[in-house]
Amino acid sequence: MEALEIARWQFGITTVYHFVMVPLTIGLGLLVAVMQTMWHRTGHEQYLRMTKFWGKLFLINFIVGVATGLVQEFQFGMAWSEYSRFVGDVFGAPLAMEALLAFFVESTFLGLWIFGWGRLPKRLHLMSLWAAVLASVFSAYFILVANSWMQHPVGVEMVEGRPVMTDAWAVFTNNTALVAFPHTLFGCLAVAGAFLLGISWYHLWKRRHDGIDAVGADGRVVVGARTGSRDAVDHAVWLRSARAGAVVAMIAFAGTGITGDLQGKLMFDQQPMKMAAAEAACHDGTGFSILSVGNLGAQSCDDITAVIEVPGVLSFLANGDFTTEVKGVNTLLPEYQEKYGTNLPDDPRYGDLAGTEIDYLPVMEVTYWGFRIMIGFGAIAAAAAAAALWVLRRGTVPESRWLMRLAVFGILAPFGANIAGWVFTEMGRQPFVVAPNPDPTGVDGVFMFTAAAVSPGVSLTELVTSLVLFTAVYAVLLVVEVKLLMTYVRGGTASAMPELAHTGDDDARSGRKDDGDVLAFAY
Amino acid sequence: MTEALPTVWFVLIALLWAGYLFLEGFDLGVGMLMKLMARNDTQRRVLLNTVGPVWDGNEVWLVTAVGATFAAFPLWYASLLSALYLPFMLVLLGLIFRAVAFEWRGKHDSDAWRNRWDWAIALGSFTAAAGIGAALALTTTGLPLDANGDRVGGAFAWATAPAFLGAAAVVLFCLVHAAAFVALKTDGGVRRQADRLFRRLLPVAMIPFVGWALLIQADDGTVVTWSAVVLAVVAFLVSHRSAAIGRDGRAFAALGIGMLILVGSIFGAAFPVVLPSTIDTAFDLTVQNASSSPYTLGLMSIVACIGLPLVLAYQAWTYWVFRRRVSEESIPAAHAVQAL
Ligand code: HDD
Ligand code: HEM
Ligand code: HEM
Repeated sequence: MEALEIARWQFGITTVYHFVMVPLTIGLGLLVAVMQTMWHRTGHEQYLRMTKFWGKLFLINFIVGVATGLVQEFQFGMAWSEYSRFVGDVFGAPLAMEALLAFFVESTFLGLWIFGWGRLPKRLHLMSLWAAVLASVFSAYFILVANSWMQHPVGVEMVEGRPVMTDAWAVFTNNTALVAFPHTLFGCLAVAGAFLLGISWYHLWKRRHDGIDAVGADGRVVVGARTGSRDAVDHAVWLRSARAGAVVAMIAFAGTGITGDLQGKLMFDQQPMKMAAAEAACHDGTGFSILSVGNLGAQSCDDITAVIEVPGVLSFLANGDFTTEVKGVNTLLPEYQEKYGTNLPDDPRYGDLAGTEIDYLPVMEVTYWGFRIMIGFGAIAAAAAAAALWVLRRGTVPESRWLMRLAVFGILAPFGANIAGWVFTEMGRQPFVVAPNPDPTGVDGVFMFTAAAVSPGVSLTELVTSLVLFTAVYAVLLVVEVKLLMTYVRGGTASAMPELAHTGDDDARSGRKDDGDVLAFAY
Repeated sequence: MTEALPTVWFVLIALLWAGYLFLEGFDLGVGMLMKLMARNDTQRRVLLNTVGPVWDGNEVWLVTAVGATFAAFPLWYASLLSALYLPFMLVLLGLIFRAVAFEWRGKHDSDAWRNRWDWAIALGSFTAAAGIGAALALTTTGLPLDANGDRVGGAFAWATAPAFLGAAAVVLFCLVHAAAFVALKTDGGVRRQADRLFRRLLPVAMIPFVGWALLIQADDGTVVTWSAVVLAVVAFLVSHRSAAIGRDGRAFAALGIGMLILVGSIFGAAFPVVLPSTIDTAFDLTVQNASSSPYTLGLMSIVACIGLPLVLAYQAWTYWVFRRRVSEESIPAAHAVQAL
């Protein structure tokens, strides 16, 4: 094993993991802020309960996003020191701005929101949540600016072999970032929508299962009630959450489609090889492959056959018409070899790889399927949301346990789409860590091979140690997080509002709760 | 003007680190006190709630210090973090456990569960404080770096006396700083215990920190930085005296200010070297040769001028909102989540 490979695995695992938490944080945060706003506007109890319940789940997840984000900030320096030296002049700035302008707001105001229930004036309390949530959206913008620069370097000049920033405006309005940002945000909303829908479905199902709600002769729900947290308001909480989730999931998918189409057009200009690899397309053509067979992993094009192909669609994705020939791998390879060389330079910073032949073709199995899983899982989730919305028109869900399970597992689909999207974007960029841009809007000649990016001074043992430890710790965190989320989900609104669980039987302790000094959300 | 920018950024980064030590100093310390001082679960929850609303905001000072180093001194960032690969890995693991433990410890009502996460908080805080102390000390005393800025001598080449001195300095500072903070933020039994701990610990706790400062002064000290060390020691004496006469607020402030001055004396004496090479002074990373271009530094300066005052303002406001003392009486009963 090469240090390079370990470093790549580590980056991939830690970043993908971070991005499991991130979309839920961003998407759910926005929805909870809307819920609390609705509560302030209307004063209806159901919105308060929604805010508290979904807010609790949001917090359990948020903290893992913070914990894993820390690793991100450090690992460029730790494992990718040559990369950091090369790009530092441009790349560090958005990272520092993210911390200074976004993370500070996010963490401080979220603390105010958590501990400010009943202590801050209501309006200020709501504004704290909005500040925190909008800051997390803002943080996504900054990090995507950094990432987009690796996909499409702009606003720089080469000075003594390193890119030096000359035009910050160009960096921060990089067209790659401007479309990746809304695309990612819609991806986050898709996650949050499915999350709301799946969990609410479970509760609507559970109310029927426990004999609280029934279905009348007209097929419509007859809402029943129990004391405590399972009164009639409880039904409204889940029904509204489910409907909102379904609508959000559908809009989000439409949004990813529209912005994804724009991304496809940029990719055609900026990273043609990624486009070809996404299609496993060897020859120039116009058709979008629905299914290609053959040995995608062989790093050679010759035995791949497109079985089902829709003519014209690829051209549309790439260029907005139905006839443009999109270049295939066989056309592109010689172009890349001519421009960027056939072999890595004989430079010590490439280690054992110095002088070896460069493979310009990303792992096509990953790019081809990554692209399709992203779109496919998103589409499945959106179609399921539409069906759910139709079922929910009667005000409840069927008694079927299997449908309920499907709704809950469906939460995973948009997560899968997000992960697949990133893996595709990042691995499609290989063998470059900073992709060269043949496009005239990019600064040509600014590029870096991944093989040169890793820290020369760090030993294989160190990398393996950290890879094993981080992976193990992250696995434990994931198990605990899912368990905790499930516990709180099962507890319903009472898990976030203990006062609902106390049904009249005042114990001695509850006297304290009226004390103005009590920490409403105390640790 | 543009020639001065790297120096300005050196000062800013020193400030960010000092701000980090000041703020997260007490919440790392509170984390360690969870196992060192608190006697029962209610006391532990009192401790947690003194930092509950603010610890995450404090931690962002670290993220910002590291991010700003990347932006302003990419070569410093790359060399320091890769040379100290294992220490930073431990810092990260410590901070990860600590963060999730804060949030998760109260989410399940069982003593074994809470105990496990209490250890995570205590050990995580200790590891983070020790690792950061070692890293800061080494960036002032030096690492075996070659001409490219890469570490030679293997994974443990950093494990030298200054590393342990720095680790001890920051861990002990966090502990006393936390004792002062808890005395200021709580009432009742916890407050008395913290006050006693503070007065006992302070005289010894600052010795390694002052030792580190003297080590740097011995090589590169100037009149100004030497005087700063003296001033810092005076501040510590004032702090001790204030605690003795029951002035919690002044004791906390004097200790914190003393630390800030001490950090100033250390970075001031190290200037203009940001990371010395112990192999050859020609390989030293300095304010000039490790910094970003004037354009990037100028851009970041504008951002910092807008961002930093805002951060200071709203963080100060948060402390004011949560200014009340926490006591054992104000902790509500633990609440168990039950499936419906
Ligand atoms: C599209 C969004 C997105 C992407 C691509 C990334 N992150 Fe992230 N990050 C967030 C969106 C986000 C967030 C939603 O804003 C988080 C999650 C929880 C939180 O506090 O903020 C966050 C947290 C977070 C934190 C913790 C902040 C704190 O202590 O409060 C750090 C240091 C980073 N991230 C750094 C990174 C780096 C260096 C990345 C690149 C490799 C990265 N993130 C990818
Ligand atoms: C959060 C979403 C992200 C995910 C899921 C993700 C995923 C990945 C994956 C899977 C790899 C490994 C590729 C390979 O080894 O073939 C990778 C590499 C990399 N990514 Fe990303 N990435 C994300 C965001 C970012 C961002 C925002 C940046 C920069 C700001 C970034 C910078 C890098 C770098 C430097 C590498 C180098 C290692 C390599 O190319 O193998 N990534 N990423
Ligand atoms: C019709 C639907 C979609 C299309 C056409 C599409 C298109 C694209 C393209 C072309 C990229 C790569 C950009 C690049 O590497 O230059 C991308 C990336 C990505 N996609 Fe999609 N996508 C679609 C649906 C989705 C869905 C449903 C999700 C998640 C729920 C999603 C999440 C992502 C993510 C997270 C990335 C990586 C980040 C980025 O580059 O913005 N996409 N998508």
